[in-house]
Amino acid sequence: MRVSMRVNGRRVTAEDVWEGESLLFVLRERLGLPGSKNACEQGECGSCTVYLDDSPVCACLVAAGQAGGRDVVTVEGLAGAAGLDAVQQAFMDAGAVQCGFCTPGLIVQAHYLLRETVDAGGPVPDDGEIREVLAGNLCRCTGYEKILDAVRLAAARKAAAAAAAAGQAEPGQAEVGR
Amino acid sequence: MTGTSTATGPRTSPTTSGVGQSAGRPDARQKVTGEFAYSSDLWLDGMIWGATLRSPHPRAVIDGLDIGAALRLPGCHAVLTHDDVPGRKVYGLEHADQPVLASDQVRYQGEPVAIVAADHPETARRALGKIKVSYTELEPLTDARAALETAAPRVHDGGNVVRHVKIRKGDPAAVAELVVSGEYQVGMQDQAFLGPESGLAVPAEDGGVDLFVATQWLHADRTQVAACLGLPEDMVRITLAGVGGAFGAREDLSMQVHACLLALRTGKPVKMVYSREESFFGHVHRHPATLHYEHGAAADGKLIYVRADIVLDGGAYASSSTAVAANAATLGIGPYEVPNVRLDCRAVYTNNPPCGAMRGFGAVQACFAYESQMDKLAAGLGLDPVELRVRNAMHEGSVMPTGQVVDSAAPVAELLRRVSGRPLPPAAAGTDRDIRGLPGGVSNTTHGEGVVRGIGYGIGIKNVCFSEGFDDYSTARVRLHLIGGEPAADVHTAAAEVGQGLVTLQGQIARTELGVEQVRVVPADTSIGSGGSSSASRQSYMTGGAVRAACEQVREQILERGRGLFPGHEDLSVSGGKLVSARDGALAALADLLAEPAEATVTWRHRGTSPLDPQTGQGDAHVQYAFAAHRAVVDVDTELGLVKVIELACAQDVGRAMNPQAVEGQIHGGTAQGLGLALMEEIQVTGGKVRNPSFTDYLIPTILDMPPMKLDVLELADPHAPYGLRGVGEPPTISSTPAIVAAIRAATGLALTRVPVRPEHITGTGPERDA
Ligand code: FES
Ligand code: FES
Repeated sequence: MRVSMRVNGRRVTAEDVWEGESLLFVLRERLGLPGSKNACEQGECGSCTVYLDDSPVCACLVAAGQAGGRDVVTVEGLAGAAGLDAVQQAFMDAGAVQCGFCTPGLIVQAHYLLRETVDAGGPVPDDGEIREVLAGNLCRCTGYEKILDAVRLAAARKAAAAAAAAGQAEPGQAEVGR
Repeated sequence: MTGTSTATGPRTSPTTSGVGQSAGRPDARQKVTGEFAYSSDLWLDGMIWGATLRSPHPRAVIDGLDIGAALRLPGCHAVLTHDDVPGRKVYGLEHADQPVLASDQVRYQGEPVAIVAADHPETARRALGKIKVSYTELEPLTDARAALETAAPRVHDGGNVVRHVKIRKGDPAAVAELVVSGEYQVGMQDQAFLGPESGLAVPAEDGGVDLFVATQWLHADRTQVAACLGLPEDMVRITLAGVGGAFGAREDLSMQVHACLLALRTGKPVKMVYSREESFFGHVHRHPATLHYEHGAAADGKLIYVRADIVLDGGAYASSSTAVAANAATLGIGPYEVPNVRLDCRAVYTNNPPCGAMRGFGAVQACFAYESQMDKLAAGLGLDPVELRVRNAMHEGSVMPTGQVVDSAAPVAELLRRVSGRPLPPAAAGTDRDIRGLPGGVSNTTHGEGVVRGIGYGIGIKNVCFSEGFDDYSTARVRLHLIGGEPAADVHTAAAEVGQGLVTLQGQIARTELGVEQVRVVPADTSIGSGGSSSASRQSYMTGGAVRAACEQVREQILERGRGLFPGHEDLSVSGGKLVSARDGALAALADLLAEPAEATVTWRHRGTSPLDPQTGQGDAHVQYAFAAHRAVVDVDTELGLVKVIELACAQDVGRAMNPQAVEGQIHGGTAQGLGLALMEEIQVTGGKVRNPSFTDYLIPTILDMPPMKLDVLELADPHAPYGLRGVGEPPTISSTPAIVAAIRAATGLALTRVPVRPEHITGTGPERDA
């Protein structure tokens, strides 16, 4: 079969897809996007986490056909023109990457956590929330300490940037009012 | 933190990414963007897929193999069996006893029997389904101790004992006032790296093959692959692909020979990627062990003797069982001074899954037993468990049970004091606690009722580098040249970056030694001499040592050029991209001295070791010893048998923290794997068959299972080692397991003689030691 979808903002089509193929297989083997990983292909490790229409999913559990016509964002699509996403940068700075096989999935999942919290104007997530949201992402190398550090760091930087932006916006508004 | 010596002049650069600094990983950016190419990500035009047919039986005779239907399947390009192996039919790290593909019999469930290559993984899977193998099943030998009996069926012709290591020290008949004994069991742990076994084999025009693969030791792979293919070694070229963790599981071959056979047969690039289920069958595991110990001590707690008998289940093939047995034996009494030791350690063949290298390598199993014994002894004497350990702690100058004198820092007592002196986490409070911090977590199994806190300690000892007289070396080539007019160093080794940060370290060393900022670590491959294995906590020591030595030679070439250009300046050094004189400061830019590149290749060895005497186990077998201690604080739901680890504190001496951030990462990760063994990780094997080959049923710690970890990193330089460093990777895996179990014992008063501890061991609703 033929499957068309939008991946990282681009319309793409995969040809000759066998019905049993997962979204993960199509991304990795047919669309040249191997960033999403294949540590279990059973929905147990989170290494394949991608956004499907804005919700994080295990791409290994999504049949390729189900993704047809939908919007997929993978780890390859998170960095913008301005550079790395805050979560990517924090993973580097905090030393949260060892072998890195868990990293793409963790980064998408942590990106989602911050999108739903700090980015939405909420408080930075506490450790309990971070642990809960990342509970489906296995890492065998780090013992998770530096992954927690990375998510805390990304959240703090985002919160600080938001506060700075708000601080700049207010005088601006005051000027308009004058 | 100790600094590098400046007594020899300012030869180190003020770089911010040199030795001793938390330099960032050069591959981190690619890893966070998804661009880093792991072995399972490789892709070539025209590539086809390999797959493996494995035995469903742990022991059987193969009566016949019919591949006709598989060959006729459209899209199937090749089906190969034992007869198609052109070279040596068996391989192995220490003994070549493992068939590339089974011939007349299979010895474990999952043993490869045939391989196929097809145009799609699904076609390959269907082709496997069309291969007909007729087996006559035989009763498998699955009990390691039964394997020692003379009447036991033989797994291999030479008998079932892979190796028997004897340690004999002092008086075999020593007696003591207090004697404690116990039998302990350790379950079969899996390395559970996340990146599955995988690689791409590409047939070459010269009739050879290029293999891109995730491995721990490129050259050991090449030696074995070339022999099995019947090719000279220079026709098998191996390049390290991105490695998604290793922990010992990539020391043996998995798909290497198979992919090459298929590529050579079909003339096409062949990719093989194991599924998670296949991965559980595709690599060796940690040896399950039964350990019987007897400790005798004086009334003041001083150890008088240790007698021990250790049986390691090596499974169907030898893998690295001989070396694992040596470690379990030589490190078998722990970091303690004991005048009289009699210890026997045997690794045996059975029809269980083959076992070999996993982080901690024999020291893990022994540590669980001897630390359990130390707690038992402390209880018997009414002594604090830390105090008992401190009274017996070895130190620099102590003598191992092998007769080897420990000739660098052995801060056993200090490490114990560090972890025991830390403030404790706040006490558990009442029944209105945040359930996320309780055993069972959001499963909402308790609000604090029935929950008891316990504290436990563990300390372990590990050897670093290869032992027993092995010719252990690493090779490094360093080239200093100009890129865009700036001095830059290329570092080339065959040492495997498996996630531990070796690529970072190589760059740090080059920056420090050559005084340049730009360093490129060239991909590891077999075009240079061996780097040895990324195991035994040895790469910082060995490849670090080789890179430093090569840098020193390159630096000497530069200084020689400098002495030619600036006669009369004898005390020259390189720093900050400049040639510097002690008297007059900067004399020239390094770039001015590099019209010709400077290059050196060095093969570097650690000091020699000796074999163990086969009767007494005496000998200076190890290069370096490393130590880590843990304190565990746990909450146990005594009604349901659930455990929540509240905090783990670790103290470890690393000699020199070459990269403090990476050191912490190693300690965190190692500690987590020890927690896994204590509480959840076990490959369950019944009748020789694996019952849980998936991440659904084989549990590894999640972020919810891991507590905050508090670290103390000591830097007591080892004068024999490069920069004074001490191998880091393994010690923290060793001591966290017994510390956690001791904490559960402290909370419950139970004996707990087996890991992993299961809920039913705590609630008493199941037999403690069924397998
Ligand atoms: S690969 Fe999808 S959850 Fe593991
Ligand atoms: S960094 Fe290796 S699995 Fe997480």
